[in-house]
Amino acid sequence: MELICPAGTPAAFREAVDAGADAVYCGFRDETNARNFPGLNFSREELQDAISYARRKGTQTFVALNTFMRAGHESLWYEAAADAVRLGADALILADFGLMAHVAETYPEQRLHVSVQASASNPDAVNFLVEAFGAKRVVLPRTLTISDIGRLARQIRCEIEVFVFGGLCVMAEGRCSLSSYATGKSPNMNGVCSPASHVRYRQDGGDLVSELGSYTINRFPREEAAGYPTLCKGRFDIADASGYAFEDPVSLDVMDQIDALREAGVSALKIEGRQRGKAYVAEVVSTLRKALDAKPEHRRPLLARLRLLSEGQRTTSGAYEKRWR
Amino acid sequence: MEVPRPLAAPLAVVPIPLIEGAVKLMFKSLLKRHPTLFERLGEHKPKRYAFRPTDLALVFLVEPARPAISVLRRAADPSTDAAVEGPLFLLLALLEGRCDADALFFSRALTVTGDMEAMLALRNALDGSDIDLPRDLGAATGPFAPLISRTAAAIRRRALAGETVAWN
Amino acid sequence: MVNSGPPTLSLGPVLYLWEGDKWRDFYYRIADEAPVHHVIIGETVCSKRLHFTEPHLPAVIERLEAAGKHVVLSTLALVTLERESQYVRSLVADSHFPIEANDLSALALLEGRPHSIGPLINIYNAATARLLARRGASSICLPPELPASSIAEIAAGTPDTAFEVHAFGRMPLAISARCAHARAKGHIKDNCQFVCAEDPDGLPVKTLDRQSFLALNGVQTVSFTCQSLLTELLDLVSMGVSRFRLSPQDCDMVAVASLYDDVLHGRTDAEGGIARLRQLYPAAPLSNGFHHGQEGAAWVARARNIGHRGAE
Repeated sequence: MELICPAGTPAAFREAVDAGADAVYCGFRDETNARNFPGLNFSREELQDAISYARRKGTQTFVALNTFMRAGHESLWYEAAADAVRLGADALILADFGLMAHVAETYPEQRLHVSVQASASNPDAVNFLVEAFGAKRVVLPRTLTISDIGRLARQIRCEIEVFVFGGLCVMAEGRCSLSSYATGKSPNMNGVCSPASHVRYRQDGGDLVSELGSYTINRFPREEAAGYPTLCKGRFDIADASGYAFEDPVSLDVMDQIDALREAGVSALKIEGRQRGKAYVAEVVSTLRKALDAKPEHRRPLLARLRLLSEGQRTTSGAYEKRWR
Repeated sequence: MEVPRPLAAPLAVVPIPLIEGAVKLMFKSLLKRHPTLFERLGEHKPKRYAFRPTDLALVFLVEPARPAISVLRRAADPSTDAAVEGPLFLLLALLEGRCDADALFFSRALTVTGDMEAMLALRNALDGSDIDLPRDLGAATGPFAPLISRTAAAIRRRALAGETVAWN
Repeated sequence: MVNSGPPTLSLGPVLYLWEGDKWRDFYYRIADEAPVHHVIIGETVCSKRLHFTEPHLPAVIERLEAAGKHVVLSTLALVTLERESQYVRSLVADSHFPIEANDLSALALLEGRPHSIGPLINIYNAATARLLARRGASSICLPPELPASSIAEIAAGTPDTAFEVHAFGRMPLAISARCAHARAKGHIKDNCQFVCAEDPDGLPVKTLDRQSFLALNGVQTVSFTCQSLLTELLDLVSMGVSRFRLSPQDCDMVAVASLYDDVLHGRTDAEGGIARLRQLYPAAPLSNGFHHGQEGAAWVARARNIGHRGAE
């Protein structure tokens, strides 16, 4: 199985390549990708340098153009696709059907991957994307159990990539407007979720209160570690109870299921985290590389220390396990 | 890790212009080595950033658009768009990209106030720039160069030993 | 434009779990009294709920058809299980009624025959709308998140397709494999005991400062506010929108439909209509922020509309 690693900056890209990534995915510095965060991502020149660095080391580069084209401004996405193809991207990761059709028609030789944002969660959906746009690989939404994946793999005609480590979307990806409901900025349209432009931390007595737009997302007592106010990981009141209504501030880790995923027919394991720093990328990629190459009985100690790098220092198997639902 | 007392104590009595001279020199040397450092800031480049070490009675004011750095007594409280406050050790680790983007927010050892987006942009710009303090400041001169270089090396050792984990 | 006739109202599927009798009686009354042309019907949110309404479906459809309504069958928004795939396949294969696709599997299976596209399929530009129209989509209900500028571009760039927007009701914002509704009541999805039926209008989610924010509807999260595009109806018509979807809430939907019909046909002015709407559905404040390119929860009063549109 391939290890697919994130890079938000050229520095992180080099760390990922050096740490043993089979492929690194990244995006341009604009709204054409779903990590359109300030100070992050690649200029055309930076991508060119990154791709040639990766080539020298035998690593592939995937370019994410995984937001939905804003009506009337499609040329931004078309130009990004043209440049990614010209610069030698090994695959484009796409979510918008209009963009998929454009890429399939204009660059028939270009390898096309279906982004998790496209929300293809069943065989009929995946085969549609394979037939209509020649998709070679689908990144599955984090809504499926491992047995769901195994069943799916037997019915589709393309490779499967799944998220194994990093941030966890609680909602089906590409189908969530919670962020724009509170801030006007969404993953699908703007490439951001719970954007920093709308985040405010406020001291209230001993508590630290995090707000997104005009909504309180969490409140941390003095002794508690504070978190970023991602909407679906916030604390809310329902009826008379307070708590994490959707999900605790945890992140995904299913590296202990590597063998089950391989058996299910998975071709590639994906690490989330283009917004994380280069130190994080280096640590996670090198550890997962070692784990992937190690015998099963040697994996556990390798993986244990990664837990400390995770949000809230706690991890979950998410939807890969049926009980999570 | 607090700033070692032998370093912090004399700084309190050193005249500001002297400290500022050394800091400006280091800033210049960093920018010479990383000329595109602030390009990643985009629309956030014209903003003013304050770094407030909790273990020093000083404020470092960074203006990427000029580009310039100035040092003020903590009491001066300059007006800024975004400020980050924490132990000098963490602020320098931030500079080197040794702490993770999200860790900035998970941690309560660092307090960010003002324009979060601008601060996130600066953090990402720093993270993307391959700053290596012992190496980059090795060439710096002035009365504090050896001290700073030694402190930077100490930070590196601590960071690599996994101390980051505590505030991640 | 495919619909050169006057704009019409449609009734979206009941998104919440209503007990079978209540559900049936609701549709009987819609059939008899509501001025809606299209009625989209069928479970959309959770496959576990299907048995509540299935026994009543034939009688409800018959009554709606007898009243002259165009019946369209909705499909599931999230299809992951084998039995869910089978359900969508058999619906598409066996149905004599037009079908509205709300996920990619239904979209795939409907290729080559006339069908509708629901608001849960991601259409953000005319390139995508044209592609789906070529595959057989004759009407498209656009996602609630779209600003007016996008709606205008898409409609203008996609001739021969009827466009619809979500004009009344809490907005579908997200769907998950996990059931937050069951979780909130101490259950997991696989043993949920259908607790979502206790909240026929959604279970409110408030912030820790007791500010109303969202509502849970099983695996779906909807807005706490009720989107109303009552004051924007005529602008939308001029942009090429020909249908306005009323999404059922637990209130007098016949009166809501009559009110929208009155405003759409100039019998009531929009300002007075808004005041009346607040009386008809007092449970939630109104919002129209998405339409104006702002946060979806915002309410942009009519007087300020023109300025905002100019800025878009």
